[in-house]
Amino acid sequence: MESPDAIAISRERPGLPVETAEAGKNPAELVMQKDCGPGPEDEPVIGLEVHCQLDTTTKLFCPCSTDYRNDGPNTHTCPICLGLPGSLPGVNRKAIEFALRVAKALNCEVLEESVFSRKNYFYPDLDKAFQISQYDKPLAAGGYLTIDGDNGEKRIRITRVHIEEDPGRLVHKGGTDRARYSLVDYNRAGIPLIEIVTEPDLRSPKEARKFLNKLRATLEYLSVFDSEKEGSLRVDANISVQPKGWFDTHHKSFKGRNRVEVKNISSYKGVEKALTFEITRQKNMIRKSQPIEQATRHFVETRGITTAGRSKEEEQDYRYFPEPDLCPLRVRPWVQHIELPELPDARKARFVEQYGCSQNHAKTLTGELKLATFYEAVASASDPVLAATWIADTLLGELNYRDMSISKVDHSHMADLVTLVAGKKITDKNAIEVLRVLLDEIAENKPVEMPRAIATRLDLGVTAGGLVSEAIAGVIRENPQAVGDYRAGKSGAFMFLVGQVMKKTRGKADPGELNRELKSALEKEGSQE
Amino acid sequence: MTMISQKDVEHIAELSDIGIVREELDEFTVQANKILDYFDILDLVEGGSGYVQERFNVLRDDIPVPSLSREDALKNAGATEDGFFKAPRVM
Amino acid sequence: MAGHFSFEPEDTINAFITVCKDPEYGPGPLSGNAVAVKDNISTAGIQTTAGSCILKGYYPPFDAHVVSLLKKAGAAIVGKTNMDEFGMGTSTENSAFGPTLNPHDRKRVPGGSSGGSAAAIAAGMVRMALGSDTGGSIRCPAAFCGIVGLKPTYGRVSRYGLIAYANSLEQIGPMGKTVGEVSDLMGIISAYDPRDATTIDKPYDHVPSAGVQGLRVGVPEEFFGSGVDPGVAAKVWEAIEVLEGMGAEIITCNMPSMKFALAAYYVTCMSEASSNLARFDGVRYGPPVDTKMQWHEAYQERRRESFGKEVRRRIMLGTFALSSGYYGRYYAKAQSARQQVKNDFMRLFNDVDVLAGPTMPTIAFRLGEKADPLSMYLSDILTVPANLAGVPAISVPCGTVQDMPVGLQIMGKPFADEVVVDAAYTYEQGVKA
Repeated sequence: MESPDAIAISRERPGLPVETAEAGKNPAELVMQKDCGPGPEDEPVIGLEVHCQLDTTTKLFCPCSTDYRNDGPNTHTCPICLGLPGSLPGVNRKAIEFALRVAKALNCEVLEESVFSRKNYFYPDLDKAFQISQYDKPLAAGGYLTIDGDNGEKRIRITRVHIEEDPGRLVHKGGTDRARYSLVDYNRAGIPLIEIVTEPDLRSPKEARKFLNKLRATLEYLSVFDSEKEGSLRVDANISVQPKGWFDTHHKSFKGRNRVEVKNISSYKGVEKALTFEITRQKNMIRKSQPIEQATRHFVETRGITTAGRSKEEEQDYRYFPEPDLCPLRVRPWVQHIELPELPDARKARFVEQYGCSQNHAKTLTGELKLATFYEAVASASDPVLAATWIADTLLGELNYRDMSISKVDHSHMADLVTLVAGKKITDKNAIEVLRVLLDEIAENKPVEMPRAIATRLDLGVTAGGLVSEAIAGVIRENPQAVGDYRAGKSGAFMFLVGQVMKKTRGKADPGELNRELKSALEKEGSQE
Repeated sequence: MTMISQKDVEHIAELSDIGIVREELDEFTVQANKILDYFDILDLVEGGSGYVQERFNVLRDDIPVPSLSREDALKNAGATEDGFFKAPRVM
Repeated sequence: MAGHFSFEPEDTINAFITVCKDPEYGPGPLSGNAVAVKDNISTAGIQTTAGSCILKGYYPPFDAHVVSLLKKAGAAIVGKTNMDEFGMGTSTENSAFGPTLNPHDRKRVPGGSSGGSAAAIAAGMVRMALGSDTGGSIRCPAAFCGIVGLKPTYGRVSRYGLIAYANSLEQIGPMGKTVGEVSDLMGIISAYDPRDATTIDKPYDHVPSAGVQGLRVGVPEEFFGSGVDPGVAAKVWEAIEVLEGMGAEIITCNMPSMKFALAAYYVTCMSEASSNLARFDGVRYGPPVDTKMQWHEAYQERRRESFGKEVRRRIMLGTFALSSGYYGRYYAKAQSARQQVKNDFMRLFNDVDVLAGPTMPTIAFRLGEKADPLSMYLSDILTVPANLAGVPAISVPCGTVQDMPVGLQIMGKPFADEVVVDAAYTYEQGVKA
């Protein structure tokens, strides 16, 4: 691992090194080298560059409010984020604090001195024609994040963490492919971004997704990131397909298997899709013995494909130089004063220990901060283990189906439902029914009732014990044929009788209790003969 | 001695997205070479760690200040539509 | 005392781009005083062009910090003065609005880039003006027009609102008929501004006092090199001897880093400018760009049409100096050279209090005389060191050669603007007597 104070002095962005000698060779020559062919154990080699919006009150370099999503275009701008001549940037202290929290949580070394640099390029959404970012002296470097890899626990190394400003937003008139002109909204210009770059340690789209989920959860737990804000996380991926084990040994691409950068991925699902598509595309080329040149491609979310972008020859020269309007940062001493909150892994362990839920449930429940908080509120007001099952297995599924956020659900309602189930006041089947009614009420903006009120209203509660016995007695009386069959050992008879009791009680009998009572009633009956 | 050709000047113009007319190319190239020739003196500067910065951590509190009204923001724009700035499309 | 100032100058020398005929003024230390503002300093609601076509019709929605301070002090802002486009020039011939003429000889340049401000003062249209100095742009026109101009210590005056040319080198500064007026104006504009991260909270609150008894005045040999006109050199030596007669100690010395200074200056300012000027794409301000074209085409056309040749030249050279493969050789080396210049100054300031020499190597040259860019750049040789090192520097008139004014330049330690002003004031009062 390089010393953190000697980061990337080269003009290339950090990433997979490339066999540049090969890039100039005639493709025909490369085809003739048989080692270019596909191998049975080729593996993807993936590195990610993740951009997350930091949840500060004001922008990174100006005091405009960051709360722009519900407001019209160009209502959160000022001379600074509009790039008016004469304006000057001023660094938001909170953004630095947030970024340091992230660096610490990712086990990074904070550099002694860190510098803002100008990244120069021309694009309508870039109001100054440069982005203030960090280049050769980022905030932090050399950390890691542990994930459940495809083959067990795995450390994904973090190359660097730095801060930069978000550009504005372009809306293309007439569709992206044949836009007549563009419309620009600078509300987003200047929003603080943290960029987290990994080493190419990921070996499958699934691992990439897991990494992103873990990263997202960690950032939420640090209270620096709101994942529900649209567009708050964007990913660029670097991917190549190497012979198995080659990259770990040689730390560079195999001949003709250069890395491709895939840009413009803006959803978690999109990452897995984009990578899967790209791997397939590259494998197809390898199969046909076509060399893969280093290139940039764009992910088109709506079609699930990557398309060609700039080739290596057209690679941008950003002409980085230190931002002359800003002073360097020396914030390494701040790190010792940062107290990290309980992070996902620790919380998971605590859930297992404190609430007795299973490892799997604990993992699911701690996967999102809001979910973890929700669970703890419900667990402290009802049966924790049941709460874990009902939330992780049932509620999440229902929420997913409705595309609804957990923040819409009142934890006291959930606690009420779990209590009913725990007290056997309602069958599992009917509890699900109640839950669905509750969620529908939320979705339709109707007044939301307590689960026990819904159960009562819809008559879904468990019948009082006496009513069950009455129903059983009735069914036995009314179905002598089936009772006889049961005594004769016919297998379906018992279930038939159970069904009849359920019908009579309109599904409100607790199945376990019903089974026991029916059996004992049948035995009693039998013994009376 | 850095000698740049007309082709180099064209490339630099492309890189800076600056637009240079054919008629100017010759003159620009001659003058650029003269100037770069003068800059060669910098080759005699020994190593060094650049210009030493004397101040650090100049930071601002995370307190919002009212933004410009949309009207003021768009006031100097050449073309606007529905509150957006209008810009040429990028190919 | 508030009111309206009536301003209708006969501007036959093209000192102003925009004239404010009846500006308001309020109470305060500058109440009722007319102050002209260089056209690269943002004035809310008043056209601000930086001397360029690419900002024709641009009305900033905000005041530069120094402009708010002028208004708070009750000054009447009477107009925006002519300048070399974006500050790039030493003669005000690079203005998109035509050159300004030197009031002392209309066939000669007033100097640049703050030529309009200097000429307006020299012609008696105003007594005070703001300029900006990146490589001598206040001091050069002050010398050529026979007025006083101060480039403050870097970081002493807020650049918020100054249309950037070279951020790490430039300062807004006061220009005036006398050292006293320059000092007054400096006091008003140097109030701290947290919006400019490169400023330091050290306000200038000073009344100039005469007296150089025991003042150690260093005179580097390099300031009187072969490029300096002998008539100018002689006049400046006379001025230095006046100071000596009043009790100053004159010490000759050397500044070897001078040989790198001009190259370091131009590489730095061109590089920073190439980045600063990229924002003028016609989308948010400036003459509108054709939205039916494709982005890069439209952008290139706008820049080709609306930037003058000198601006385009500097943008290209600056881009080159920052580009991959050349950054180390040009921009990075220039910064190291800068540090050497600064080290040289600080070494000298161990033994002297101020440095003195000519502001410019010649008197004002004729319009059109310096057509070759490099020969124009070479005139900055004596002024750029102060920008590279960030030290305060003043130009005060010290006589004439061929009836054209000559300037004496005095430089001091960082944040010793008061010492520099006092030395200039002493000289001014000394020759008056």
